[in-house]
Amino acid sequence: MSFISYLINGISLGSVYAIIALGYTMVYGIAKMLNFAHGDVIMVGSFAVFTIVSTLGLSPILGILVAVVICTVLGMAIERVAYKPLRNASSPLAVLITAIGVSYLLQNIALLIFGANTKSFTSVVTISPLKLADGQLMISGETIVTIIAGIVIMIGLTLFVNKSKAGQAMLAVSEDKGAAQLMGINVNGTIALTFAIGSALAAIAGVLLCSAYPSLTPYTGAMPGIKAFVAAVFGGIGSIPGAMIGGILLGIIEILGKAYISSQMADAIVFAVLIIVLLVKPTGILGKNIQEKV
Amino acid sequence: MSLLEVKNLTISFGGLRAVDDFNIDIKRGQLYGLIGPNGAGKTTVFNLLTGVYKPDEGIIKLEDKDITGLKTIDINKAGIARTFQNIRLFKDLTVLDNVKVGLHNHYRYSTIEGIFRLPKYYKVEKAMDERAMELLKVFELDGEADYLASNLPYGKQRKLEIARALATEPRLLLLDEPAAGMNPNETGELMDTIRFVRDKFDMTILLIEHDMKLVSGICEALTVLNFGRILAQGQTSTVLNDPQVITAYLGE
Amino acid sequence: MKKMKMTKTAKNNFVTYFIVLIAYILVQILLKSGHMSSLMEGLLVPLCIYVMLAVSLNLTVGILGELSLGHAGFMCVGAFSGAFFSKCMDGAMPDGIRFFIALLIGAAVAGVFGIVIGIPVLRLKGDYLAIVTLAFGEIIKNLVNVLYIGKDNNGFHFSMKDSISLHLGEEGQVIVNGAQGITGTPHDASFTAGVLLIFISLFIILNLINSRDGRAIMSIRDNRIAAESTGINITKYKLMAFSISAAIAGVAGVLYAHNLSTLTALPKNFGYNMSIMILVFVVLGGIGNIRGSIISAVILTLLPELLRGLSDYRMLIYAIVLIAMMLFNWSPKAIEWKDKLKEKYFSKIPFRKEKEVK
Repeated sequence: MSFISYLINGISLGSVYAIIALGYTMVYGIAKMLNFAHGDVIMVGSFAVFTIVSTLGLSPILGILVAVVICTVLGMAIERVAYKPLRNASSPLAVLITAIGVSYLLQNIALLIFGANTKSFTSVVTISPLKLADGQLMISGETIVTIIAGIVIMIGLTLFVNKSKAGQAMLAVSEDKGAAQLMGINVNGTIALTFAIGSALAAIAGVLLCSAYPSLTPYTGAMPGIKAFVAAVFGGIGSIPGAMIGGILLGIIEILGKAYISSQMADAIVFAVLIIVLLVKPTGILGKNIQEKV
Repeated sequence: MSLLEVKNLTISFGGLRAVDDFNIDIKRGQLYGLIGPNGAGKTTVFNLLTGVYKPDEGIIKLEDKDITGLKTIDINKAGIARTFQNIRLFKDLTVLDNVKVGLHNHYRYSTIEGIFRLPKYYKVEKAMDERAMELLKVFELDGEADYLASNLPYGKQRKLEIARALATEPRLLLLDEPAAGMNPNETGELMDTIRFVRDKFDMTILLIEHDMKLVSGICEALTVLNFGRILAQGQTSTVLNDPQVITAYLGE
Repeated sequence: MKKMKMTKTAKNNFVTYFIVLIAYILVQILLKSGHMSSLMEGLLVPLCIYVMLAVSLNLTVGILGELSLGHAGFMCVGAFSGAFFSKCMDGAMPDGIRFFIALLIGAAVAGVFGIVIGIPVLRLKGDYLAIVTLAFGEIIKNLVNVLYIGKDNNGFHFSMKDSISLHLGEEGQVIVNGAQGITGTPHDASFTAGVLLIFISLFIILNLINSRDGRAIMSIRDNRIAAESTGINITKYKLMAFSISAAIAGVAGVLYAHNLSTLTALPKNFGYNMSIMILVFVVLGGIGNIRGSIISAVILTLLPELLRGLSDYRMLIYAIVLIAMMLFNWSPKAIEWKDKLKEKYFSKIPFRKEKEVK
């Protein structure tokens, strides 16, 4: 029984990773950059909810809406101010280092406003736990909501990318920016939209993450952010179903690793997965090959 | 005697035959031209010859030695050096150091000798400087030896790339559109330089070029590629008068 | 012409050594005359450590051109291997010799880790390389935290579980105690030792850069494909730069370990945040500019301490400056603007930068 409950917890954590990884993978696919600050957008979203729900005592639904709006605006602002000017920089490292700077910036602003003390996040989920097998197996409301949210988001995003005009524009820009521009696609707008969607997802992921693991600090987003990138690479960067599969697998690996190998080694195991994937199949489970042009 | 012998060279990218059954035979000391419309597969041939791509089929022989499938670095060591269509210099190194990187495999001292500045370091570095300056003089770049490569004007960057390639002491020099972006004056000057390099270094040269004046002016033999296949091959004057070649270039 | 260039590089390097020497003498005068607060005195060895870390990371980032986010991992390896040796040999040999050998061991072990990690990692590019070095750094930190090593009459005992699983004899002693790390490492570090190590690091790095190997490393940075077709062994030179960089970080780690009575691997000292802070030093000092790394490491460490009121804002200021510097130095628009400005005011200088040719 404990194995199944670990597995369910893993899928739940993995769904959070998957939602974050979706943001990573879309941004990477389109802007061809590793948005190191993506994890910290999660933290910002969580603090927004925390402020509204715990400090101001308002409704959680309002909190989530505000968090989504704040993160969306934040994501677009970061792209506009810090990343866009470096899009054609001669070194690809320039924008990565800048993203690290943005990550630092968000963490330290949060540190100044909210302090370093761990905040206890009140779960926004009010569904009661599901008891199975005569109460031997309990699935918490957070787990149920997280898994459902993950599935809904993944389906919604797939439909959006494949069916909507804006989604098709995203695919075109990720294939070839120059050609997309020539076809009359607004490349800047499409990239901004990608950041907006990715950041909105980050806000949702933040709420779900903090509902399940209710301690919130300015550094809360950093590690899940990096792990979600691992998940995105694992699934094949640029691929939406890949991010979902990668996220869930990674969540399961982490929880099972914690339970059966060593709780201290869980992070090491996750990172070992990344290294093995990149060495054995750098394109990930669902990624495609790109050849360098000479 | 053949310096470069290529038989039946073929490569496909995702079902498209970029180069299909390519054959060439270049004699020692020859100035050979590879021409064809855009996208005909000329640069792909260069990339196959230099090991950037591995051929699906075919044999490449340099001085009767099979070099098919070798890595880029080993092909350079075997004696093929190249320049690039979109100039690839070491832009943050000086002009002199660009050439000295080319000399890397011919002038040696160990890492320890380098870090601890043992006598051999000074001796070898001096010899490298002298040799590099000699090469730069050939291309009239000796006055700019201390500039960063990226600060050179376009034409001189092309020349520096050739100097760097020659520094690796190749048997065969591949030039990918050496006259691209040059004005007629510069192109004329470049033609003289290429001829001079051939004579002075006893070099065999295979070049890709669009400039017909340059091609007809200096190449002794030509191969014309179209859609990855050889359209015509032989003496420059014969090839250029081939009706098929004229059609390919001027369109129907 | 070429003679002039030689002296130019030599002069440049000389200035770098000279700055370090002057700083050292200055500190000695302040110390001897009693003008240095105990807080500042406590910062001297960490300063040397930061300088060595920044200079060595610049070899990877600036000279080799690969972004490593796992530098603290190599420091960690050096710290633990050096401290382990010193702990085992405490009392068995004179302090000076023991510390010297500990430094060598730290360098060697970190260097070997650099090679072992570098072989797979250096095949990757850009973002992937950065994130995998980060991953390796975190794995090292994690592993050290579950590592238990003890010694008794039967020799060494290892465990990844806890100290009881070592099954030590009665006279046995736990040397590496998992998350508690190593306690009681002899305090061998001193400011003088630190400055000496900075000199040695500088000597190795600057001489390497200005040699045949250094040119090869920089040629890979500037254009990998051209370097390869010019006959440069990419793997060999990438590994060389990466492992030398790791070895120097390892030495910095040994110095760190011998400056504290307790050595533990925490996110604060050996986590990726540390790696990123070193990267901040490198970027702000100028990527590829060794002297800049020294100066920025010193200033960025001292400034918040000197301006106590600012210390809350320290990281915030770093972050803003980092972003601003990147935008100013790398954005094509900013570069164009700077070029225009140069042209306007310095157009008499004959060799201004030509427009870039694609």
